[in-house]
Amino acid sequence: MSAEAIKIKKGDSVLKGEGVTKLFGYGKTRTLAVDHVDFDFHAGEVISIVGESGSGKTTIAKMILGLIGVTEGSVYFNGTLRDISSHSKKKEYWKGIQAVFQDPFSSYNIFHKIDDVLLDCINLMGGRGYSKEKKEELMTEACSFVNLKYAELTNKYPFELSGGQMQRLMIARIFLLKPKILIADEPTSMVDACSRATILDMLLKLRDEIDMTIIFITHDIGLAYYVSDTVYIMEHGKFVEAGSADSVILTPQAPYTKRLISDVPKIHEEWDLSTV
Amino acid sequence: MGKVILEVKDLKTKYITRFKEAVYAVDGVSLKIEEGKSLGIAGESGCGKSTLALSLMGYYFAPLHYTSGEIIIDGVNISGMKADTVRKNILGNEIAYIPQAAMNALNPTQKIIKFLEDVIHAHDPKKSKNDIYDMAVERFADLGLPKEVLQKHAVELSGGMKQRTVIAISTILSPKVLIADEPSSALDVTSQKMVIKMMRELMEKGYIKSMIFITHELPLLYNVTDDIMVMYAGQMVEKGTAKEMVFDPIHPYSKGLMGSIIVPEEGTRDVKLEAIPGTPPNLKNPPKGCRFAARCKYAKPECGVYEISEKKFGENRMHRCIYDVDHLREVYGE
Repeated sequence: MSAEAIKIKKGDSVLKGEGVTKLFGYGKTRTLAVDHVDFDFHAGEVISIVGESGSGKTTIAKMILGLIGVTEGSVYFNGTLRDISSHSKKKEYWKGIQAVFQDPFSSYNIFHKIDDVLLDCINLMGGRGYSKEKKEELMTEACSFVNLKYAELTNKYPFELSGGQMQRLMIARIFLLKPKILIADEPTSMVDACSRATILDMLLKLRDEIDMTIIFITHDIGLAYYVSDTVYIMEHGKFVEAGSADSVILTPQAPYTKRLISDVPKIHEEWDLSTV
Repeated sequence: MGKVILEVKDLKTKYITRFKEAVYAVDGVSLKIEEGKSLGIAGESGCGKSTLALSLMGYYFAPLHYTSGEIIIDGVNISGMKADTVRKNILGNEIAYIPQAAMNALNPTQKIIKFLEDVIHAHDPKKSKNDIYDMAVERFADLGLPKEVLQKHAVELSGGMKQRTVIAISTILSPKVLIADEPSSALDVTSQKMVIKMMRELMEKGYIKSMIFITHELPLLYNVTDDIMVMYAGQMVEKGTAKEMVFDPIHPYSKGLMGSIIVPEEGTRDVKLEAIPGTPPNLKNPPKGCRFAARCKYAKPECGVYEISEKKFGENRMHRCIYDVDHLREVYGE
């Protein structure tokens, strides 16, 4: 199913992909990780890309971020073909597109204090010339947005924080950067169910505040259903189904989607274990 | 009522840090599991779930220390035993443990069959390698694992396969109790289902007699276990059957946990997720009185004054809250 089937449109198109493909390796080890996919994401929309391990979800995220090259196809950002051929152009691109990753422990440089993480964001957004007080005020504001106390965090190193706190601090970064697009790659798979609710709430609050597009990458279809407006189901590098969350999850068409839904434990229906 | 396989009475264990401070991670837990039953333990990170699992094995190594209480497996009290006796006679054939990162528990330089030989030789040094191989092939076939796995190294297996192999290895001696500490939280949903199916099979085919399943995923617990116990700050706060706990939680903390359930079912999008504010207390100096009082919406000043004991209600249910059940139901109803 192509992206044209999606009827939901919240705002203007912010990110569009045409025939995006990624090939890894050569010869015998050649792997087609992402196979000619089309997508069209709009401002203020929450999109979920759902699939099993190895279906190519993270590869798409990395291509969108520009961390790895695109073998074939083109990506349009804000209606124009993106240009990330040099480092300074990439830096400019990253002002508009940011990411939160799965493992909060490896998202930080262990030698840098937490203040530096937030200061870098302020500097990137053109706040290099701000006074010390102004910078501190911004950092305090960002921390209180994610229910952390800046006074308790200042002068600490990342290892002194818990996983949930680290992940929330990553969201504080996003609050400072205010990007147009946020890619959240399994942001809650390493925290417990309670912190998960907090983190999801914060992401959605942030979306409402700055009209950000969130691309949510997950293997948990329940989570995708809860957070997103649009769901893309991915199997072996291709989108097999796409549409509004209600239509995809409640009336799945593709056999793969049906299987994914049946694999998640539910509380109002019997969980059928015989299908694996 | 079936035969009681595992009984724990008022178990207390602590960690001693390198500054000689004590952290009371398990503080007076009592539980009972009957033959053929499974118990789920739920709670946030840092509530003492994993420490309880480690303590239940009766095998203590620094910094974990035993303080008081009894662990009785099938009539035998193991809590007073020497560590060496426990390792030789209890671990593996009475009680088996699957750690959280079981996937990383396999030494990459050994073939899978070597682990099985190690486990069996620790208990029966005279058993020949051929016998062990036959036994392993039979057990693997019974659990739906291909026998080719035995001759492979850990790196050749996928995450889900590694996890299932670890479970097969740790239950090769048919222990009475299996303790699984988040066995599926690092896997995707499909591999998770396979792991759960395998654990169910172990129970149905009688290779294990009872199971303790630890996770923070409540929908999973609901589908896997018969009873659920909720832990908070080293203590049990509520216990009941899986159905009662998910649809009718009584303690404010359990109520909060149930508010974080996400399932792909109609109507879940309209329900707002409710997180419990704050973090669990530091167990170096556990708060006086109710340990949850600081984060509880319904707390009153008396909550922090004296220790609250476990109150029984309904059929085999228990909770630890200053209010009685009827009052709590009334409050939630408003």
